[in-house]
Amino acid sequence: MIARALKLPRRGVSAILGVTIVGLLVLAAVFGPSIAPYDPLKLDFMARLKGPGTPGHLLGTDEFGRDILSRLTYGARTSAWIAFATVTFAIILGMIVGILAGFYRGWVDRLLMMINDALLAFPGLLLALGIMAVTGASRDAIVVALGLAYAPAVVRVVRASVMSIRQREYIEASFVMGNTELVTMMRHVLPNCVAPVTVLATTMFGWVILSESALSFLGLGVPPPAPSWGNMLASARPFITQAPYLIVLPGLFIAFTLLGINMLGDAVRDWLDPKMQA
Amino acid sequence: MDNSADSAVVAARNLSVYVPGLNRVVDGLDFSIEPGGMLALVGESGSGKTMAARAVLGLLPPPLKVTEDSSIRFHGHELVGATADILRKVRGRRIGMVFQEPMVSLNPSMTIGGQMAEGLKLHLKLSRGEIRDRCQAMLERIKIRDPARCLTAFPHEFSGGMRQRIMLASVMLLKPELLIADEPTTALDTLVQRDVLDLMRELTRENGTAVLLISHDLGMVSHYVRDVVVMHKGRAVERGRATEVLSAPKHDYTRQLVDALPRRSAGGARSTTAREPLVTIRDLVIEYPGRRTMFGKSEPKRAVDQVALSVRQGETLALVGGSGSGKTTLGRSIVGLVGITSGSIDFRGKPIEVGTGLLARLQRRDIQIIFQDPYSSLDPRQRIGDIVGEPLKLEPDMTAAARRERVLEVFGEVGLDRDFLTRLPHQLSGGQRQRVAIARAIVRRPAFLVADEPVSALDMTVQKQILKLIRDLQERYGFACLFVSHDLGAVEQVADRVAVMQDGKIVEVGERDDIFDRPKHDYTRRLLDAAMLLDRKFDGAKGAA
Amino acid sequence: MMRFVLDRIVSAIPTLLIASIAVFAMIRLIPGDPASIMLGDLATPDQVAAIRKEMGLDGSIATQYLLWLTNILSGDFGQSIGSGDPVLPLILERFTVSATIVVAAVFLAALIAVPAGMFAAWRQHSLGDVGVVAISTLLLSIPSFWLGLMILLLFGLWLKWFPIIGYVSFNEDFWTALSYIFMPVLTLVLVELGAIVRMARAATIEVARLEYITHARAKGLSENAVIWRHAFKNAFAPTWTLIGLILGGLLGGIAVTETVFTIPGLGRLLVDAIYARDYPVVQGCILFISVIYVMVNLLVDLLYPIFDPRVAE
Repeated sequence: MIARALKLPRRGVSAILGVTIVGLLVLAAVFGPSIAPYDPLKLDFMARLKGPGTPGHLLGTDEFGRDILSRLTYGARTSAWIAFATVTFAIILGMIVGILAGFYRGWVDRLLMMINDALLAFPGLLLALGIMAVTGASRDAIVVALGLAYAPAVVRVVRASVMSIRQREYIEASFVMGNTELVTMMRHVLPNCVAPVTVLATTMFGWVILSESALSFLGLGVPPPAPSWGNMLASARPFITQAPYLIVLPGLFIAFTLLGINMLGDAVRDWLDPKMQA
Repeated sequence: MDNSADSAVVAARNLSVYVPGLNRVVDGLDFSIEPGGMLALVGESGSGKTMAARAVLGLLPPPLKVTEDSSIRFHGHELVGATADILRKVRGRRIGMVFQEPMVSLNPSMTIGGQMAEGLKLHLKLSRGEIRDRCQAMLERIKIRDPARCLTAFPHEFSGGMRQRIMLASVMLLKPELLIADEPTTALDTLVQRDVLDLMRELTRENGTAVLLISHDLGMVSHYVRDVVVMHKGRAVERGRATEVLSAPKHDYTRQLVDALPRRSAGGARSTTAREPLVTIRDLVIEYPGRRTMFGKSEPKRAVDQVALSVRQGETLALVGGSGSGKTTLGRSIVGLVGITSGSIDFRGKPIEVGTGLLARLQRRDIQIIFQDPYSSLDPRQRIGDIVGEPLKLEPDMTAAARRERVLEVFGEVGLDRDFLTRLPHQLSGGQRQRVAIARAIVRRPAFLVADEPVSALDMTVQKQILKLIRDLQERYGFACLFVSHDLGAVEQVADRVAVMQDGKIVEVGERDDIFDRPKHDYTRRLLDAAMLLDRKFDGAKGAA
Repeated sequence: MMRFVLDRIVSAIPTLLIASIAVFAMIRLIPGDPASIMLGDLATPDQVAAIRKEMGLDGSIATQYLLWLTNILSGDFGQSIGSGDPVLPLILERFTVSATIVVAAVFLAALIAVPAGMFAAWRQHSLGDVGVVAISTLLLSIPSFWLGLMILLLFGLWLKWFPIIGYVSFNEDFWTALSYIFMPVLTLVLVELGAIVRMARAATIEVARLEYITHARAKGLSENAVIWRHAFKNAFAPTWTLIGLILGGLLGGIAVTETVFTIPGLGRLLVDAIYARDYPVVQGCILFISVIYVMVNLLVDLLYPIFDPRVAE
């Protein structure tokens, strides 16, 4: 209680910052087309590699004369869409598997966990690379690849919390009361898994944005010319001496977004931690 | 006894502990202990007794602080405001401390020998060999099997009682002048409690060590300690000889506390010989499968072994035993939470259904359970009204209005205010939570109730209220009850008959008064001995009140 | 103890088997004839027929798998489509490069992060703690490739302290090798610092609340002895597991850093092979990295009882 009083200001500040940054990202993603001054794909060979502050191009232009600000705004849209789709996919898949494994235990659990552990035996990005090698680079492929790569982590978290919830006496009370397993699961197990899953989902949002930009940077993510922060960095690499801003800007956008998500994640964690509520 | 400040080992004057910006946890406490003397600070949770004891060593958890006008003198030297260096020289060497939870107060990643040697190494200039010899001799003294091996073992290899003995030994190795023992036996089984306390008394007497004992149990304290200070909400409400406080409590709160103590009182038990059995258990065996590893299974563990028992209509049968005796497993098997290996459990002549099939669910209407831990038995995200009303949702033709009415009715019966309908479990105290659990169990008017250690997580005064509630409800509704407990004090208050369980077997069954006054089995006698029920003399003094 | 070790080792086997099945299935999931895929676009019908026989494509899928697995176990990972070289020696050569960088980076990161996290935890809510938390959150938010590019820009292009392209083995010349490896290692240290600091801090806060820490103080131990003798080992246990995961995870993600600094490592080999549709190399790399990952985590598990003897029971 006391610790809470002392911590509140700091937590408050980082929560507000986090919400603001993530809010801006969502705004850019939703209203991107109406905010962006130019079509992000419009080439203008008269205005190549103009630095930030050029009249008409606030953040400058790239090697094809495309407007950087517009590309960054559309990049936010791409990143947010991919992250949202991937996290949703991974959470739904992970929750189904995790709840089944944690609740039924026995051979169901052993089989599911064996597969899950094997998937976890691939480092996340490697698994995604493997899947991309099969499917080829596209936005949908990224969602599937990263979703499959991150679902095993969700399974772990969900299963662990289901197992710990299952030990609680209120689950036994529910059985003794005469509730079926389905009712018990929906009424008592699921709602109590929501907190850890929410925390994980927030954090995962950041991971996915990072992984997506890494894949795009390697040329195995969002295929050009569509703008994504990662592939903007990749195509700017040859111009690192001539036009460092081409590299600095998308990176700053990624870092800023992740910072916001991480701060939001911490705030969500503190807020949902049952120890904090008592 | 308070005016002898300088001859005292420790003398606290006007000791106050507070949370900056908030309330005082300990408020103006005075106490002193003569060399070799024993004093107990007695109170329930939240009374501030633990913080008062920790203040002596300067070990208050942040942000708690001692007020500047407090004084704690140790052999005349002021400890409040003393530098960290001075405090460190006193800690361990001159004042030792034993903690409540033996499971978490020893470092899990360090050997017993390493932890015992630490204090000796720090405070006395001894050679490695001498340290080893002293540790080993001490372990022999406290009768640990194979002391040499024990030195290289890790804490998790020992039971709770053993760990607490080891803890005592490691503190007493330095022969401190004062031992602070913070609820040293609360986490232990009754039989083990007695052993540990006896050992503590022996070791401190041998070394002339004074003891400051922190406890919630006035009855236990009176067996070991001469002087007590009773604390309530941070203040000392009564002090004096333990025997006098017990026989003639002056303060209202003390009177409540004494009142709640378990004692033998004749009467209360009903004779139920003539009644029909409701639950009949025959040749019951329950085994837990061995742990599965890559190399097959380990031996199955037999938790319940050839038990035959019956619970009659409307009676309370108490099932008593230490931890690991199988009593909880037996209780849970009756509500179908544990599958049986062989034998039978019949309810109204039909076998008990296990699992969540339709038959099992129908049977559950009549059989309910109250769990031990009210912090784990209520869903933290459900509102109290929903928790109590949930079993009624399974009644096919009950309307929402009828449900609500029944919930309110039961709220009244268990003494819950209707304000609680929309509260969440964490907003309730332990006693209130247990009332909620009881309300949930009786809302469908079951014929049989298993109460699994329903009061052992509660404060004494609250225990008494809950036991009375169970008894009253039983009078009114006539359900039969299997009362599972390790605490003979609680059993004495509710049971009609008692069954004693040891290592999975029932060793003795009988009418309550027969078991308490004329125990036949040796294990029953030992349990009764350790229970430290109030002596008859206090009972006599209180009997009239 | 012996049982614990055997148990852990045996339990890694199904994981490895499933991983191998996944890698095996990869080629079969790509539409088209596996033999043509394995050989690339320029294969002659004779070559296709030969490889069909070698892969056992006429037999059932189970025999194909067994055949493939037997080859892998005997060290035959096949030949690269591009160069025709055997895959395994290629992987091993590139792995040495990546492993040097990753191990150095994780070691240095842990060396800095663990004390920093413990320091922050011990002075929770102090200015130092707030600073450490802020820096680690910031580091956690910076993508590795961008950080790498910034370091490249600063040290390589503006200050010209280090060569910006390539790699020299430590066997050739220690100081030259060091100058090549400096920037990539610095990048990875900074990238992983954040996660380790946060874990070490959280674990220490958890441990500091426990009774045995108060007990240690009640013995009269100095604050330093309490921290190092009692808190460290217990707080380090979860961090140790995280370090293992990071070590393995970095091997999977090293391609990014190798791309930034143009280092001929395993990650770059994999990505280039994906571009070139050189499937024998892709399969080999993925299988190799996941085996290493499992091995690293197995080793971490086996050493875990040093920090927490309870798990070996």
